[in-house]
Amino acid sequence: MSPRLQLLFEQLPNLLGGHLSLAVPAIFVGVLISVPLGILCVKSAAVRGPVMTVISLVQTVPSIALLAIMVAVLGGTIGYRPAFIALLVYSILPIVRNTIVGLDGVDPAMKEAARAVGMRPAQQLLKVELPLAFPVILAGIRTATVWVVGIATLSTPVGAPSLGNYIFSGLQLRDWQRVLFGCVATMTLSLVLDQLIALIETSLQKRRMAVVWAATAGLATLLFVGLAPQLFRSTANGFAGMATGKSRTSSATPGAVDKLPPLANQHIRIGAKGFTEQLILTELIADRVRAAGGMPKRLGNMGSTIVFDALAKNTVDVYVDYTGTLWSTVLKEPEPIGRAAMRVAVAGRLYDDYGIVALGSLGFENTYALVVQADQASSRGLRTIADLTPLAGQLRIGGDPEFFGRPEWERVRSLYGLSGIQQVGMDSTFMYQAVADGQVDVAAGFSTDGRIDAFNLAVLDDPEEAFPPYDAVLLLSPEAAENRPLVAALRPLVNRFSVAEMRAANRSVDEDGTTPREAAQLLWSGNPVAE
Amino acid sequence: MNVPAIELENVTKAYDPGKPPAVRAVSLSVAQGEVLALVGGSGSGKTTTLKMINRLIEPTSGSIRVMGDEVTTVDPVLLRRSIGYAFQGVGLFPHLTVGTNVAVTPHLLGWEADRIRARVDELLTLVDLPPEIYRDRLPAELSGGQRQRVGFARALAAEPRAILMDEPFGALDPITRDALQTEFRDLQRKLSLSVVIVTHDMTEAVLLADRIAVMHEGVLRQLGTPHELLTAPADDYVAQLIETPRRHSDFIESLMHTDSSGAGERS
Repeated sequence: MSPRLQLLFEQLPNLLGGHLSLAVPAIFVGVLISVPLGILCVKSAAVRGPVMTVISLVQTVPSIALLAIMVAVLGGTIGYRPAFIALLVYSILPIVRNTIVGLDGVDPAMKEAARAVGMRPAQQLLKVELPLAFPVILAGIRTATVWVVGIATLSTPVGAPSLGNYIFSGLQLRDWQRVLFGCVATMTLSLVLDQLIALIETSLQKRRMAVVWAATAGLATLLFVGLAPQLFRSTANGFAGMATGKSRTSSATPGAVDKLPPLANQHIRIGAKGFTEQLILTELIADRVRAAGGMPKRLGNMGSTIVFDALAKNTVDVYVDYTGTLWSTVLKEPEPIGRAAMRVAVAGRLYDDYGIVALGSLGFENTYALVVQADQASSRGLRTIADLTPLAGQLRIGGDPEFFGRPEWERVRSLYGLSGIQQVGMDSTFMYQAVADGQVDVAAGFSTDGRIDAFNLAVLDDPEEAFPPYDAVLLLSPEAAENRPLVAALRPLVNRFSVAEMRAANRSVDEDGTTPREAAQLLWSGNPVAE
Repeated sequence: MNVPAIELENVTKAYDPGKPPAVRAVSLSVAQGEVLALVGGSGSGKTTTLKMINRLIEPTSGSIRVMGDEVTTVDPVLLRRSIGYAFQGVGLFPHLTVGTNVAVTPHLLGWEADRIRARVDELLTLVDLPPEIYRDRLPAELSGGQRQRVGFARALAAEPRAILMDEPFGALDPITRDALQTEFRDLQRKLSLSVVIVTHDMTEAVLLADRIAVMHEGVLRQLGTPHELLTAPADDYVAQLIETPRRHSDFIESLMHTDSSGAGERS
């Protein structure tokens, strides 16, 4: 087995466990809610209309949006709870609908027979109607199972680990083996659950009770395997996304620090957004936590505002964000200010408004950057964006269509007089290649992107500070900021990395297939350029 | 004098106040051990009349008594458990075994398991389905005639005070139907069952019933023995209905006295 594949298998127990712990209880609770709801709908026309309308409407909400909405509904709580509730909501429609269809489909003669032999309404339902509707209801449960197992992959961005972690990180790393691995694992789990339920159905019909019990035991085992980590974590550690606000700083008393490794037995939850650099930084932080004796827990591929809200709510302990992003999306400031001033302003406002502590800049900026071929830069003497001004009329610039709509681009065009430049919209994946091939002359990239080096491109300076500064800053949640051993463990990361080093680390992952973990180790050792 | 098994007095059922009632002021009684056939076309009100007896349908007005008890004064569920019911299309529960189907009402009445099991075996033997072979089969594994026998056994299971039958032989082939009709008649006499049977088939009524009640458009047109109906029909409708079995029997009679050379002329 190749080392990369081996790495994927090593993560499998954890991610499969996470996936099971979401999907199986969601389906189980879904059945407990939906079957009675379906019965109620059949027995009461007044209930049926509104219930069907609401659950059909909810079903049309895109799954990723529903997950994000659940985070908001739960006041910013991330992790297991919002993901579980969203999946539960998704399981309801097919089961309720099939319960209704199944009960409606029971032959009226059977219902009359049940009355005529002297059954009371509840007995008619339990002894005749539900058993006769059972195959249809079970078909609904199977549909729900396949949906929920598939949609559970989307719980990764709200911070609940699942097989989706393979898919999301694979997409970010452009590692198709990883994406495929996640897909195959999810499909296999879907099929296994679906077939177990199907086996119960057919064996019931053939009245092979031994097989029925065996399949039920299989499902129960999966339910237990799914639930065990939740039960275990909530009793053993008192958090894991389930309980917030518990103090994990008790061992941070001076006496304890002397005797124990400073972070002994503490889980530290590291948040991350969904791109390569964030994956590397997660590993970098994880290594520091581990070196101090703590246990890192990675919550990757989270949405930008979700991870920030989670930090504010103490459901994530630490993550790296960028000053320009915080300035506009969190602090809602329309106009950028200078780099150092923004660092100070962001740190002060985050502490005042949220109690979040910005431990410091990591030393590099991941800002928008205009890049050109390095050869062109030297032959035509291009050093800053201002050098493009006289050539603007003949130049083409490639960039994300979204970038061309941003205020930053407006500022760049007006400050450097680039209004004559021809804009070519393209996906950010292709723009570096497009510059290297000469399809466009300039690309609007990101300053730490590894492809700048890989394609032998050069970044033009921005002396007018037209682009807002995007310093990478290490943020700690209000509770984590009081965890002195944690702060001590992370402080060495501050001001340690140059933009060139970060870019080289990103490149080694994006282009050379290095794992984020290895890249983080190289970055820490001060030798990120692996060549 | 014995109290009648079933007694209807001026029973009316009106589904829709704007339309003529489905059953209009019907009065009749069924003696203990007697078989009464309710005969009429579709829409005659015969099935509605039957279903009012065990309150599957609630009467609009009038009085119904089973073994002297006014049915509206008892819990309809308990009433139904005390009256056997055999269905058009049999009505066995397809997900339950033959034995469980027969045991359904005794089970609802809370009989002890041993008593139920003994009763099921007794009844399956009675309807000629050896329990050791048939008890644990599903209805789908039986022929139409066998299913109907299980239906009888189920109707008899809880030692009912009376039995209601709704077109019980309707879906059977002629040979099976004939065999089952004979078996039913024997069983009824042996157990002295009080039975109301609904049928649209006058021949069946003549063969099975002690007395026949002819219904038409919700009204009871004549109530009498087959002999009375044949000899003194109350009106043209009854005469027309009773004509069918008479014509059949006359025709068969004529066949008995015709030689084979005349057979070709009939068609």
